[in-house]
Amino acid sequence: MTTIMPKRRKDKVDELAKAAGTSLTAQAFKRMRRSPVAITGAVIVALFLLMAIFAPLLTPKDPYFRYPELFTIKTPNFIPGSMPGFLFGSDEFGRDFFSRVLVASQQTLLVGVLATLIGLSIGMVIGGLAGAFGGWVDTVLMRLVDVMLSVPSLLLAISIAALAAQPSQWTVIIAVSIVTVPIFARLLRGAMLAQRSSDHVLAATAVGIRRRTIVLRHMLPNSMGPVLVQATLTLATAILEAAALSFLGLGDPDTDRAEWGLMLANAQRYLEVRPELAFYPAIAIIIVALGFTLLGESMREALDPKNRR
Amino acid sequence: MALLEVRDLSVVFQRKGEKPFTAVDGVSFDVDPGQTVGLVGESGCGKSVTSLAIMGLLPRRGNRVGGTATFEGTNLLSLSDNQMRERRGRDLGMVFQDPLSSLNPVISIGLQVTEVLQRHRGMKGDAAKRKAAELLDKVGIPDPTRRLSEYPHQLSGGMRQRALIAIALACAPRLLIADEPTTALDVTIQAQILSLLKELVTDTGTALVMITHDLGVVAGLCDEVNVLYGGKIVERAERHALFNHARHPYTHGLLGSIPRLDAPKGEKLVPIKGSVSDNIPWDNGCAFAPRCPNAIDDCRQTMPVLETDGPGQLRCHNPVELADAVREGAR
Repeated sequence: MTTIMPKRRKDKVDELAKAAGTSLTAQAFKRMRRSPVAITGAVIVALFLLMAIFAPLLTPKDPYFRYPELFTIKTPNFIPGSMPGFLFGSDEFGRDFFSRVLVASQQTLLVGVLATLIGLSIGMVIGGLAGAFGGWVDTVLMRLVDVMLSVPSLLLAISIAALAAQPSQWTVIIAVSIVTVPIFARLLRGAMLAQRSSDHVLAATAVGIRRRTIVLRHMLPNSMGPVLVQATLTLATAILEAAALSFLGLGDPDTDRAEWGLMLANAQRYLEVRPELAFYPAIAIIIVALGFTLLGESMREALDPKNRR
Repeated sequence: MALLEVRDLSVVFQRKGEKPFTAVDGVSFDVDPGQTVGLVGESGCGKSVTSLAIMGLLPRRGNRVGGTATFEGTNLLSLSDNQMRERRGRDLGMVFQDPLSSLNPVISIGLQVTEVLQRHRGMKGDAAKRKAAELLDKVGIPDPTRRLSEYPHQLSGGMRQRALIAIALACAPRLLIADEPTTALDVTIQAQILSLLKELVTDTGTALVMITHDLGVVAGLCDEVNVLYGGKIVERAERHALFNHARHPYTHGLLGSIPRLDAPKGEKLVPIKGSVSDNIPWDNGCAFAPRCPNAIDDCRQTMPVLETDGPGQLRCHNPVELADAVREGAR
């Protein structure tokens, strides 16, 4: 006798059967492809990357050239608005604002990626050592990390940037990366500690594999998932914090350089005349940070074994 | 001299502010080359802890290990961490309970086999790969060369356990400890894995310590059986003797609780009442006394000692009468 299953139950069974043969990562990827949030995030990130990489080709005008023909009306505090050829109008020096917003994406990408990479590397070394050795090494390193965590991240970044003798984009990068170190260190340590007591590490120990090999080949690769997801999320905060530091005047003082945070700071003075000058870079920052956050969050959700459906 | 002589092994778990817990309490047994010795008992009787202690795999903190485990003249328990690391995989192999989690999910089966060969035999590159394929073939994995580049999730449960056996036997250790190797597998695969283990052991002369709660496994595989209860060996017997006339009420109970195909229709299984936690410390009598149908006053006052009983050994004040045991066993 055969029983007929309701269609929905049957679909679920088929799905489970299919899932049984695939790895967690493959499943997570499949789940992400179905999630509109993940797709939105991925599209924003992809557009941003394309924009940053091809910015020099995409700009309709030279972003650094001061166009004299824009200032036909000689009134103080006059800034030309949108007009044919100059989509977003110009800034106070007569430079094409649209081109500058485009080019600034390069700076944002550079600072965001470098700060995240530096923070990730230092955090992984600290977290990896703590997780691999445990004991007093773990205690000392983690107390150090706790101290770093106890200071609010933006405040810490401002202090580090303010301490630098010569403000430049590197002070911003270093300040933002140091702020991200404790998060990566804690995540990796936690994942490594979980791996230490896992069955496959015990099995590798039971055939006499060296401790170094166990850490590098068996524990580390299995602990990387949450760290990489966090790196995507950190990109968003790194971009926001870098913009905040430039806004506060702690970044590169060179006024020629196009940078969203700096553009926002300069726009303050002309808010009554041309509020758009603040509007465009602000929207750009928000959309890019949102894109990375959506992508990172949906990755975290998809990789979380608790959310397995 | 036996290959492995375990004498008076004890493991005490101690946590700060808590009462110490004796998981293994004076266990002694011998394993000869080519011999299969079973350690049998229900959950929590100390069988896995015994094997981890011999392999030096217990956590470094929170426990005290006493006694000796002499392997070819050296006491394994006195070796340093690094010395043990040299021996594990080369002289001593171990197969674990859960094949699903005992393989590293992110690296290929091939690398997991070759890393052992490289560690202990110094084999590299193609030589190691050829040897690995040979090993997978020996444990009955079809198309071994292709399997080398596959990942654990691409293999079935039985295949994974075969791969783990291949890894454990890669460097031809003289002693293999199998800790419930078939518990996580379904019954048909269990039989295959057991016959594979038996075959490999007979072919290579490897000694096997089989840890299990399943008396069916014991019946098919072991030459000698040690029954553990509460961290102590309560009965030691040759396999046929154990099945034909178990003397200890606990062993007797274990046998009575197995379903048998040849049992008369309608006959009920006889469970052992209570659970392992219903015991009393050995110093005040027999730990099994609260659950024992044969318990007499003596059992609650003095600790029984392991005494020679015919060909085997027995720790009991009031064992099942030989005549009854034979009748029951022949049923």
